[in-house]
Amino acid sequence: MSQAYLSIQGVDKSFGSFNALKEINIDIQKNEFICLLGPSGCGKTTLLRIIAGLEKPSHGRIIVGGKDITSLPPAKRNFGMVFQSYALFPNLTAYQNVAYGLQGKKFSRKEIDEKVKEVLSLVDLMHLHDRYPAQLSGGQQQRIALARAIVLSPDFLLLDEPLSALDAKVRVKLREQICELQEKLGITTVMVTHDQEEALTMADRIVVMKNAEVVQIGTPEQVYDEPNSPFVADFIGSINFLEDEEYGGSIIQRNMAVRPEHIRISGPGSATGISAIVKHVEFRGAFYRLLLQTVLTGQHLTVDVSSQITHHLKLTKYAEVSVEFPQDKMINFPSETMVVGA
Amino acid sequence: MEKSPVTMRPPIRRRWREFISMQNMLIVLLVLTLTTSTLIPLITLFSKAFINKEEQFIGLANFIKYFSTPSLAQSLSNTIWISVLSTLIAVSLAFVYAYGISRTGIRGKSYFHYMALLPLFEPTMMHGIALTYLFGNQGIVTNGFFGLLPEFHIQIYGPIGIVISEVLYLFPQAFLIFITALTITDQRLYDAAETLGAGKIKTFFTVTLPSVKYGLISAVFVCFTASFTDFGAPQAIGGNFNVLATDIYKQVIGQQNMSMGATVGILLTIPAIIAFAVDRFVDRKQRSMLSSKSTPYKIPDGRLRDGLYHVFCWVISIAILIPLITTLFASLIKVWPYNLHFSLKHFDFSNVAGSGLEPFYNSLKVSFITAIVGTIVTFVFAYLIEKSRTMKGLRQVGYFLSILPLALPGMVIGLAYIFFFNNPNNPLNWIYGTMIIIVLANITHFYAVPFMTATTALKKLDKEFELVSESMRVPFYKTFLKVTVPMSLPAIVEIAMYFFVNSMVTVSAVVFLRSADFNLAAVSLVNMEDAGDVAAAAAMSTLIVVTNIIVRVIYELILNKVKKRTAAWQTSSQ
Repeated sequence: MSQAYLSIQGVDKSFGSFNALKEINIDIQKNEFICLLGPSGCGKTTLLRIIAGLEKPSHGRIIVGGKDITSLPPAKRNFGMVFQSYALFPNLTAYQNVAYGLQGKKFSRKEIDEKVKEVLSLVDLMHLHDRYPAQLSGGQQQRIALARAIVLSPDFLLLDEPLSALDAKVRVKLREQICELQEKLGITTVMVTHDQEEALTMADRIVVMKNAEVVQIGTPEQVYDEPNSPFVADFIGSINFLEDEEYGGSIIQRNMAVRPEHIRISGPGSATGISAIVKHVEFRGAFYRLLLQTVLTGQHLTVDVSSQITHHLKLTKYAEVSVEFPQDKMINFPSETMVVGA
Repeated sequence: MEKSPVTMRPPIRRRWREFISMQNMLIVLLVLTLTTSTLIPLITLFSKAFINKEEQFIGLANFIKYFSTPSLAQSLSNTIWISVLSTLIAVSLAFVYAYGISRTGIRGKSYFHYMALLPLFEPTMMHGIALTYLFGNQGIVTNGFFGLLPEFHIQIYGPIGIVISEVLYLFPQAFLIFITALTITDQRLYDAAETLGAGKIKTFFTVTLPSVKYGLISAVFVCFTASFTDFGAPQAIGGNFNVLATDIYKQVIGQQNMSMGATVGILLTIPAIIAFAVDRFVDRKQRSMLSSKSTPYKIPDGRLRDGLYHVFCWVISIAILIPLITTLFASLIKVWPYNLHFSLKHFDFSNVAGSGLEPFYNSLKVSFITAIVGTIVTFVFAYLIEKSRTMKGLRQVGYFLSILPLALPGMVIGLAYIFFFNNPNNPLNWIYGTMIIIVLANITHFYAVPFMTATTALKKLDKEFELVSESMRVPFYKTFLKVTVPMSLPAIVEIAMYFFVNSMVTVSAVVFLRSADFNLAAVSLVNMEDAGDVAAAAAMSTLIVVTNIIVRVIYELILNKVKKRTAAWQTSSQ
């Protein structure tokens, strides 16, 4: 395996008695797009701030390109950063915002102009270069922020929930643009997000975090298809945990699970299937989401079914169906007993 | 590649070079400056109250002596009831006036608004002078408008005069609090009250009053403290009626009894400290009252209501105008009330107490320097405290020292500066008796309000600006000058004006600090009045007010220009 480009080694962070990060180890390859994903308060933003140098880790090291940068201030780390709030300077035009970091460094006026125009074209905003941030839409502002972050050719790029403040449509569009840009520039990128869809669609690898710890690191396919814990399975996408009949009650063995779209539905009375009743039908546009209850054990199941099958089997409330779990799609966790919450 | 065992957990190296950054040095400097300018002088003053002239510790003996001296103890009760009465009147009038402007459909709102602020531009001594011209022995009201009306005698020298002066002085302060409190409201609450069938009176007591509750509390404390510690009005019109502020002056300037002066200073500070605590509490409460979803108040129709408020606001605004017009008139005629011909002779100050026009020029100089230096210091300090990431503890100390002057009466600051800077062992002793100490006292005295204005303005700026700059390796002072300052220009101009206007009218702190050959315009009013040169005092008051009004007009012009220039920067959506 090649040497990691950005390496987080044994990083701990505590604020007083509160542990914000525990023993974090992540190796990031050059040109890789990494998403730090987790619920709020899991420590992902603290980790990003430590990479940026805005916070000091209590223990551990940050290595970039073989160089220990743990004790370097942000200004000596050579990274670009994009914030959720864009943080564009309101009194400077788009052009001036992008040029801001270049001025006062060893660039000639002509070089600055060329660089600014180049990145403005990269984000497709050359035509709006003389607008003030307040005169741009949210998506445009975030693209200017992105341009400003990459114009200094940083070693790596840090994105702190860059899409959270945007409308759903703009978000999807900008998602693609960021990925395209990242690929084109080949810049190592770490993005923090709490949106699992964002992480799945954008990242090369996802780092799933929970309670100050890394739970799983893997490609989007890996964390979706082979989650290593009920938490990851539940946090990313929808999941059905299958109850172990022997235990029943409140304490159950949660070591088997299946995604809603993998459960197969057929008409009532199938020889191999388990009988269930449709409790609720939810129209989702491209498909239907059904809530079923098995007749024998009373287990609830969420199942995604195509419109075609729904209509074909006439799946309405109280309809009877047969359910089958394809063995190759079942997710197995190492045995773990947990208390089911509400 | 070098080996790097992860498990070793090497300790984080703290680099000295990083610690000694320019920003950290500035924060240290900030705290040192505030400690020297505020904290140490204050401690010096208060410790004086517990020692006698021979520098021996005497415990509470000074306080016991104070309360057992009938004339002094009398001052305390005088001060209290005068303050209570002035506060009640000023707060009630200001509330109705502010309500008229913000909640009714009267016309001429901006006229009324500006009129309410007029007393801020006048030295409090001027109110006393005007009252003398109106109700004094030769007063225009006393002699029935030159015999046109029956004579009218009231005992204006004493409590009545003081209360009228104080009400004029307190009115704009209470008004500003109410106009803000009444603007912070939510129309949805009124809609809800109406749909629930609440009547007008019930709505007033259940919606309006609770929403201005904190403003009301704050106004009462601010007004009480201001009149409790005011020196100008009782000095000008108090006659033999003593209050704490005039006591300090007499003890220190008249009898050179420094430790008794310090004792009275402590008594003077107590209500201010209580008011300070209440204000901090109220401020926190009030900030949480308005949510971003609130909709602005819609004024319902009401002709009778509008008519009544219109009359009320006119009466008040004329009452505010009368002292100024009287002063102006008195300064422009030959001999009140015998020769009413126009004359500019009172503006020739060469024969009166003081030394010609010099105090006025001195005041201009001091106010100008205070405005420039004060604004720079205030804004830089507020920036360092609000926007730095390092030295959290020290910044909190800085914040506390920055709002502490809110609790300090001007007289106490002046007195503290005598004790601290007049000590020959103090390396800063050389500034005593110079213009520098006056500027320093003014900045310290007025610093807290501009500091909060600056902090509020800075809080509105995205807190990531500094991080973005740092990640782009742009030094913080560049972003400060290129982004923070231009974005905060309206607040900066406002701060400069505040410093200037207050420095022009203040007496309390500087009355102790000006030297024989460096007098100030507002202080010279005290000397002129003492010497009986009332017409000259009126002329000097006129100069002060006219200067302040000109500065205010310039301020409005600059603000307009700034607003036009920055219009494109303002986010409309967020």
